[in-house]
Amino acid sequence: MNARRLFALAYKETLQIWRDPRSLAIALLMPLMQMAMLGYGVSLDIKHVPLCVYDQENSQQSRALVDRFVSSGWFSISRTLGRQAAIRDAMDRGECIAALVIPVDFSRQLATTGSASVQAIFDATDVNTTNIALGYAEGAVAQANAQIAAQWAAAHGIKPSLVGQVDLRPSTWFNETLDSRNFIIPGVVAVILALVGAQLTSLTISREWERGTMEQLISTPVTALEVMLGKLIPYFVIGLVDAGFCLVSAVYWFGVPFRGGIGTLFTTTALFIIVVLGIGYLISVRIRSQLGASQIALLVTMLPTTLLSGYTFPIDQMPAPIQALTLVVYPRYYVTILRAIFLKGSGLTDLWVPLLGLTVYAVAIIWLAARAFRKRLD
Amino acid sequence: MTAEVNDVAIRAQGLSKSFGAVQAVRAAEFTVSRGEIFGLVGPDGAGKTTIMRMLAGVLRPDAGGILVDGVDVGAEAERAKLRLSYMPQRFGLYEDLTVAENIFFYGELFSVPRKERLARSTELLDAAGMSPFRRRLAGQLSGGMKQKLGLVCALIHTPQVLLLDEPTTGVDPVSRRDFWAILYNLRESGVTILLSTAYMDEAERCSRLALLHGGQIRYCDTPARLKQAMPGALFAIASPTPRALRTAVAGQPGVLGVLLMGDRVHVRVDDPARRLPELRDLLAGLGVPDGAILATEPGIEDVFVALLGQEAPT
Ligand SMILES: Nc1ncnc2c1ncn2[C@@H]1O[C@H](COP(=O)(O)OP(=O)(O)OP(=O)(O)O)[C@@H](O)[C@H]1O
Ligand SMILES: [Mg+2]
Repeated sequence: MNARRLFALAYKETLQIWRDPRSLAIALLMPLMQMAMLGYGVSLDIKHVPLCVYDQENSQQSRALVDRFVSSGWFSISRTLGRQAAIRDAMDRGECIAALVIPVDFSRQLATTGSASVQAIFDATDVNTTNIALGYAEGAVAQANAQIAAQWAAAHGIKPSLVGQVDLRPSTWFNETLDSRNFIIPGVVAVILALVGAQLTSLTISREWERGTMEQLISTPVTALEVMLGKLIPYFVIGLVDAGFCLVSAVYWFGVPFRGGIGTLFTTTALFIIVVLGIGYLISVRIRSQLGASQIALLVTMLPTTLLSGYTFPIDQMPAPIQALTLVVYPRYYVTILRAIFLKGSGLTDLWVPLLGLTVYAVAIIWLAARAFRKRLD
Repeated sequence: MTAEVNDVAIRAQGLSKSFGAVQAVRAAEFTVSRGEIFGLVGPDGAGKTTIMRMLAGVLRPDAGGILVDGVDVGAEAERAKLRLSYMPQRFGLYEDLTVAENIFFYGELFSVPRKERLARSTELLDAAGMSPFRRRLAGQLSGGMKQKLGLVCALIHTPQVLLLDEPTTGVDPVSRRDFWAILYNLRESGVTILLSTAYMDEAERCSRLALLHGGQIRYCDTPARLKQAMPGALFAIASPTPRALRTAVAGQPGVLGVLLMGDRVHVRVDDPARRLPELRDLLAGLGVPDGAILATEPGIEDVFVALLGQEAPT
């Protein structure tokens, strides 16, 4: 290892990043855009939310209301229940995410007072889905109301706007405040860092092959280790800056409480950045085109971070084999760590298990990356 | 070390390399003495680049040994790289870095002391006529300038052996002259230069030449001796319609080869005393004046065609 060669490589790489609009955009704009996009919640288009119905009256009007829920296509009835307590069981077994409870005097209330209330219960473990389903339920009730009002007005000769109508009383179970942000934002930070980090380094070696600069570089006495470190150092600094930006905006933009220590946050974040940079570098060594390398990097980081890190889909809700799979998915550790630091104020010693997972990952990736690059054309 | 070994800058023995079914280099053998300018000449795909890459230690030979400045490249490629500089056929510097930044980078990779680097880069840039362009991005240089910058970067650490793969292809005549002036200077200071070239006038300037064809070194000697080795004798015929003349002469008895050289046709014959009158008769029939035919010394291009039995590049 030669300090001058290391510095020369890092300096050269920095100049190149600075002069490459694409790298700059990934380094500086992508975190900002992703933070805004993912932070404000991805609106997934969910259809056929499983719904349990406990219709205590079972009248023509109550059935008409249930039909509104189903005919919209947003809900499909998974079960009809006979008692209130069955809702809990059905939700525990995952048979439904929402339950509609219609009172025994539904149509009588409507007929006499012009208004009645129904209860909607949501399993709020998956906050995203709950929010969307809640919106659907309100939509279905609004449609029903329009029809009821028209009928009632016709029967009583009163203007429809004066009618009280059906009132939806939603309640959420398992996550009472429905405060998803505190839970999701730390995951968003992990996703962004993984994406940006691996994208940046995925270009670094493939760029040299593509532009024809590699042949001359490998004809010098520079060592493979110097190439790796010299190239990773500038990206490590960029990664830390991006992480700083994401974490600061998590606290001051999205209002996530920060209860842990800066030192713990820095240590674990640095470790995570090393892992993602190493992964991007490994890909870059193997794939000699920039486009190919960046696409593979996207695949390798996007899939595990969004699906298996527990960032949106809670890990303990996954089937057992998938849960086992998440153990080898590096973002999982960082998401766990970030949540604990932010929400519980955990320190390094509390976090030794995920920290160990991340450390093992970092060491393995760097070891592989250091061996991957060969100073040969063939 | 014996004196003989000390004198050898590059030695290749039984060098072979295949890419799949293509035998790019076959059992190439040659020795380059210290201070020589050694040329590799051959048509496209002859294996010039492949040989250079193996010498530079960036491509592993299938078989054979290479010694560069006394270092076994096969066993100690990294140590050999300290003593040599390689300039690839395709421009290998960073186009998004300036002239000065590229020089700094390569100087640092070879751990050239700062003072020495500054002095040397000033001297080399002056010699290349590039001093005003220090702050220009390499990508914005002309083709000739790029090649000269490549040479400057290759020389910043004072290598013992310089490997240049078609360094002047696509370079304007003025830059080529600068380039060769630098090469001659280097030779004076004992640097060994191995280059490949597609230009016959450049081949003529080399101390020795290897004629490469189909991955094999067919001939390897000084330009003068290669010319002597050329069978037959050469006549040059000036003509306003050289193409028509070439067609008329080709296939005549005793004519070994015909080569178009601008407005003249080079005719190689087996026995000049016997063939000259025959040619004169033929030309008279075509209305070409008597004085148009002259005995001439072969150029390296004639040698190339005669020895390799095909058209020279360019
Ligand atoms: N990396 C490679 N993979 C496959 N084939 C190759 C490779 N490099 C060279 N070849 C083949 O080996 C042969 C020799 O190629 P080489 O580049 O050494 O020739 P050259 O004399 O430098 O030609 P040119 O004048 O076009 O530069 C050619 O047939 C070429 O197609
Ligand atoms: Mg070539």
